[in-house]
Amino acid sequence: MIDKFVPDIATAIAGIHDGARIMIGGFGAIGLPNQLIDAVAETGVKELTLIANNAGAAFGGLAMLLKTGAVRKVVCSYPRSAGSTLFEDLYRDGKIELELVPQGTLAERIRAASAGVPAFFTPTAAGTQLAHGKETREINGKLCVLEHAIFADFALLECWQADRWGNLTYRLAGRNFNPIMAGAAKLTIVQAQHKVELGEIAPDDVMTPGIYVNRVVHVPYGDPVL
Amino acid sequence: MSATLTPIKAMTREQMAARLAADIPEGWYVNLGIGAPTLVANYVDSGREVIFHSENGLLGVGPKPAEGKIEPWLINAGKQYITMMAGGSTFDSADSFGLIRGGHLDLAVLGGYEVAENGDLANWSTGANDAGPAVGGAMDLGAGAKQVWVLMDHTTKSGEPKLVTKCSYPLTALGSVTRIYTNIAVIDVTPKGFVLRDTAPGLTFEDVQARTGAVLHRS
Repeated sequence: MIDKFVPDIATAIAGIHDGARIMIGGFGAIGLPNQLIDAVAETGVKELTLIANNAGAAFGGLAMLLKTGAVRKVVCSYPRSAGSTLFEDLYRDGKIELELVPQGTLAERIRAASAGVPAFFTPTAAGTQLAHGKETREINGKLCVLEHAIFADFALLECWQADRWGNLTYRLAGRNFNPIMAGAAKLTIVQAQHKVELGEIAPDDVMTPGIYVNRVVHVPYGDPVL
Repeated sequence: MSATLTPIKAMTREQMAARLAADIPEGWYVNLGIGAPTLVANYVDSGREVIFHSENGLLGVGPKPAEGKIEPWLINAGKQYITMMAGGSTFDSADSFGLIRGGHLDLAVLGGYEVAENGDLANWSTGANDAGPAVGGAMDLGAGAKQVWVLMDHTTKSGEPKLVTKCSYPLTALGSVTRIYTNIAVIDVTPKGFVLRDTAPGLTFEDVQARTGAVLHRS
């Protein structure tokens, strides 16, 4: 019998190692796998590369990872956070590396990794500082930039419902980067608000098919807080 | 430069947002950038259906929730609580930016540091001394939306023009801005440069030209 549920958070994150490239789902405080991140921070792993839309969190596990120097590099579109200068301070002091990526390019590079597309051309960022050093080509009269797929060792995600095959649903703005990251990492770890029986999520309602998911842990923490 | 100019009565942010909102045709799909552009939603007359997109994966964004009616799983790009209209839909970030980058969005309303007369936009970084550069979805919106309207003050706080011949700040997108709504004027960006469409009440072409860092053409 296939059962991707693991009994606890420690088992869910087992194997995350120094130097790992970790994708983290979420946009703002919604759809963020807080309990998984907290647990990773507590393991003391270091030299991490984090790939996440907002990596400048003011509190919680992300902030702890930044504060303790566990993060070597961040790949994100918006490293700022209201009420926190934690990231800016580290960046200004040269203690963290930043690869700033336009949000749509970030999403597409992750989707590309998931779908086996090694690279693609896009007009976004053409002629700007964020295209410096990248190959460009004029396609259909538009200047385009070559962008490479982003792969990761681990993806930490949050979903609304999960069944034991790893089929997932998300709630409202909680979807964001979670489904695309599910396919872009070697090992995808999900915290689920609700554990449901196989078949409770109708085929048409599955948002992430279980093929992309390796481990699920039931974490019914309730509603996110901004 | 403002010190040498006669003081004028500029519009408030709310008046600017209302002025822009009045020009959005029914049926358009519109993304509102964070900050002042978000105010535009408050001024689209309820008899006219305009569909607002939020980059975190929502179409059909409605007004702010009433007191005590917050849905904790619904925020916009500026991380504020919102509501959804009947007919709204949710999707992931790749689809959300796919609809932007694929040219499906009729309009993006963005803030700006500078707009050049060729439509270049600078709105994401103030340069090398920027403590923590952040770009979000601005470059995708600038490159992908069918129309890009910028909502910003006409000059900086110290009176320097923000409508210029060439941007001095790092660019967000090249040649993308089609119209600018400022606190003193509405200006089209055309192949011949800036064209004045409208002024704030009581202002003249000369008032606007004096505060613009490039040649202004009459419509």
